[in-house]
Amino acid sequence: MKETMAIELKQLTKTFGSVVANNKIDLSVKQGEILALLGENGSGKTTLMNMLSGIYKPDSGSIYINGQLVTINSPEDAIRLGVGMIYQHFKLVDALSATDNIILGTREKGLFLKKSRFERVREISRRFGLDVDPEKKVYQMSVSEKQTVEILKVLYRKADILILDEPTAVLTPQETSRLFEILRRMKQEGCAVIIITHKLNEVLEISDRVTILRKGESVATVNTADTNAQELTELMVGRPVELSIEHPETDFKENLLEIHHLTAANEEGVEMIKDISFDLNRGEILGVAGVAGSGQKELCEAIAGLLPVKKGAILYHDENIVGKTPNEIIKIGISMSFIPEDRLGMGLAASMGMVDNMLLKKYNEGKGPFVRKKEARETAKRLVKELEIVTPGVDTPVRRLSGGNVQKVLLGREIESEPNVLITAYAVRGLDINSSYTIYNALNEQKKKGVGILFIGEDLDVMLELCDRIMVLCHGRVTGIIDTKSATKEQIGLLMTDAKGQERRGRHA
Amino acid sequence: MRREGKERCHEPWVHVVKKTEISASKTLLLSILAVFASLVAGGLFILAIGQNPFSVYATIVKGAWRSSIARKGTIKLAVPLLITALGIIPAFKMKFWNIGAEGQIIMGAIFATYFALFYDHLPHGILLVLMFIAGMIGGGIWGLIPAYFKSKYGTNETLFTLMLNYIALYLIKYLVEGPWKDPASSGFPKIATFSENARLDQILGVHAGWLIALILVVLVFIYIKFSKHGYEIDIVGESVNTARYAGMNVRKIVLRTMFLSGAICGLAGMIQATGAAYTLSEGITGGVGFTAISVAWLSRLNPLITLVVSVLFAVLEKGCSVMQSTFGMSSAVSDILQGIILFFILGFDFFTRYRFVFCKKKQGEGSMSC
Repeated sequence: MKETMAIELKQLTKTFGSVVANNKIDLSVKQGEILALLGENGSGKTTLMNMLSGIYKPDSGSIYINGQLVTINSPEDAIRLGVGMIYQHFKLVDALSATDNIILGTREKGLFLKKSRFERVREISRRFGLDVDPEKKVYQMSVSEKQTVEILKVLYRKADILILDEPTAVLTPQETSRLFEILRRMKQEGCAVIIITHKLNEVLEISDRVTILRKGESVATVNTADTNAQELTELMVGRPVELSIEHPETDFKENLLEIHHLTAANEEGVEMIKDISFDLNRGEILGVAGVAGSGQKELCEAIAGLLPVKKGAILYHDENIVGKTPNEIIKIGISMSFIPEDRLGMGLAASMGMVDNMLLKKYNEGKGPFVRKKEARETAKRLVKELEIVTPGVDTPVRRLSGGNVQKVLLGREIESEPNVLITAYAVRGLDINSSYTIYNALNEQKKKGVGILFIGEDLDVMLELCDRIMVLCHGRVTGIIDTKSATKEQIGLLMTDAKGQERRGRHA
Repeated sequence: MRREGKERCHEPWVHVVKKTEISASKTLLLSILAVFASLVAGGLFILAIGQNPFSVYATIVKGAWRSSIARKGTIKLAVPLLITALGIIPAFKMKFWNIGAEGQIIMGAIFATYFALFYDHLPHGILLVLMFIAGMIGGGIWGLIPAYFKSKYGTNETLFTLMLNYIALYLIKYLVEGPWKDPASSGFPKIATFSENARLDQILGVHAGWLIALILVVLVFIYIKFSKHGYEIDIVGESVNTARYAGMNVRKIVLRTMFLSGAICGLAGMIQATGAAYTLSEGITGGVGFTAISVAWLSRLNPLITLVVSVLFAVLEKGCSVMQSTFGMSSAVSDILQGIILFFILGFDFFTRYRFVFCKKKQGEGSMSC
């Protein structure tokens, strides 16, 4: 007799306007199985899972849950059917306790909240071996604790099908292995788990089977035990790929920037970077690692002159550039390019075309009251060719381009300005493998020219290959700067949580 | 942990979906539909009060153009609307929600009136230039104040500009009843009628405001579209962070643009006072400051389209007043009719941004089409 599948998707199709996001996708998960959904950005992973969790409605095709044909109209329907989704961005109320976040929206009976609710949550967390204090407020929690609360939230609603959307993006290596333990535990309890990811080593570590999506179609489903990273990449990209990143050696020994005891606060007045000191050399890629929100964004903005500096100095040839406006910094002869994290919110004007975006830092050049677009148009056309940017035209609003192409527009413009300092924040976030390698190559080209590059990254494997040194941030402080020739991932992971520092200082709340 | 799946979940009959992009031809089609729908709804209203919609509509259209006096009246209505809308455009482009045009018009009119009342011995040309500049400065200052507080303390510009309208309005009231009261009016609180010397010249039978407005259309168009300032306004409107990233002085841009926005509105006030009213009274704006927001918005902040839209608005208003006298209707009826028509046209803006998806459930197993 055929065993019933926890989830079975048959010929699921979803289109957005003229774009086919999912084309006749088949997928199935057994109870007590972990399925990895692998695919590049834009391959339709999230769309597919959103249909399963009731955010989108399929255009055609059918969904079976535990063998029953169902229609899912809303996230409420999904949870009623036992499907729980854990999003990449947590949906928690900071001021409430873990328990209250968990029961929020479940419409419990009775007028008042009872003390016993904490017990109920404690009981569930015990059953799945989750380590959460039910009374702890969310704002006091670490990222991985918050994620555990999200998982508890769906377990509390008696979900037996769990979908996790890139759950490891915000975790340190140590936290990741803890999450995987939880997932294995749930598998033993008979849950079906779908984990969306594009990190191959994680797929190989945790999943039983892998379904690979490419351009909205499911290209293959393989048993994890019978495959390897190379094969999975080929399936994902559609052709053989060289997986190693170049690491050219340079010998410019010259020091470019010296940062001394830099302290800066964000708009709310909270000190986000504290007493940071390091230097950046010519022809070097200095990586900056850390859990999301450790001060990476503020460090970039402080150096670029966008965030007021409270204390400390940034020296360029012994001249302090703290307090100078971006324009003044350029006049000193530092051509600094900053590729911010929020590309459409900070680096580019989303509803303008490439031509207008090329002008962003140059519109004021030239005499007279009018903007000159002719040159910018030529630059835009050249970049489209050089970086293989896919766009209907150079006047198409950049927000209509895909993430990879938006990034190429931004990087292209910055490299065009021939900087000597290049700061990139999450340069390959959301990019497919192909585009990522285009970006890595472009950065290496700049490095060979003698540009000093500050590379804020999140994938430690990539950073260990690409960077010369890695500086690790934790809670706004530098916990270590290590040479990538001798560093290991575990070592960086420990620095990310500042394990040593905490031992030294003793446990603090 | 097995559960019994529900047979079928309830499917909603209709849901609203945001449109990503919309083609120009579709926008045009929707606009035509909007006009049509507004005429039908207005027609039902006319029918309900016992009139023939067709003859009423014919009167409105013909009424606005039937005689040279009517034509001049229509143009006189269009001029302040057009200039004010042009003033609002730069601010709105910057996503600075300036709803204080009303107050800026008034301040422009007050500043200009000062010269009209106390310097009318100056040569005509010099006096007019002085009033022109004074009007712009008056409106400009009224635009600068909320911009200053927003850039310095992050105040809400919508509330701020709205409240400034009332200050400006009561300032007129004070001037009319106090220092600027016409001594020759035997106690009746009004400001003296401007002397011939302080009145705007007429060109082709209508005050020169229409020419100024047309010149402004071209100037604002070029400023917004091709100038460095226009580029800065676009970027600040797009994202303040991107502007800062590009090394722009956001504060300076906000202040400059709001001064300009207020100055153009102030100019409308100066033209109304010296060209149309020949005096200053509380009714100087005629509500143009608010109507112009609708005009600017409907024109999608394009100065050239603003010209067309403001003329259409003027035709509607003029035509309705002709209808009022022809059919012996009360002014309330004409206001309701205008309201209905505008409601539909503005409301259709929704359909250019969203669309409805209707669900037709098929009988076939598990298939659905939406």
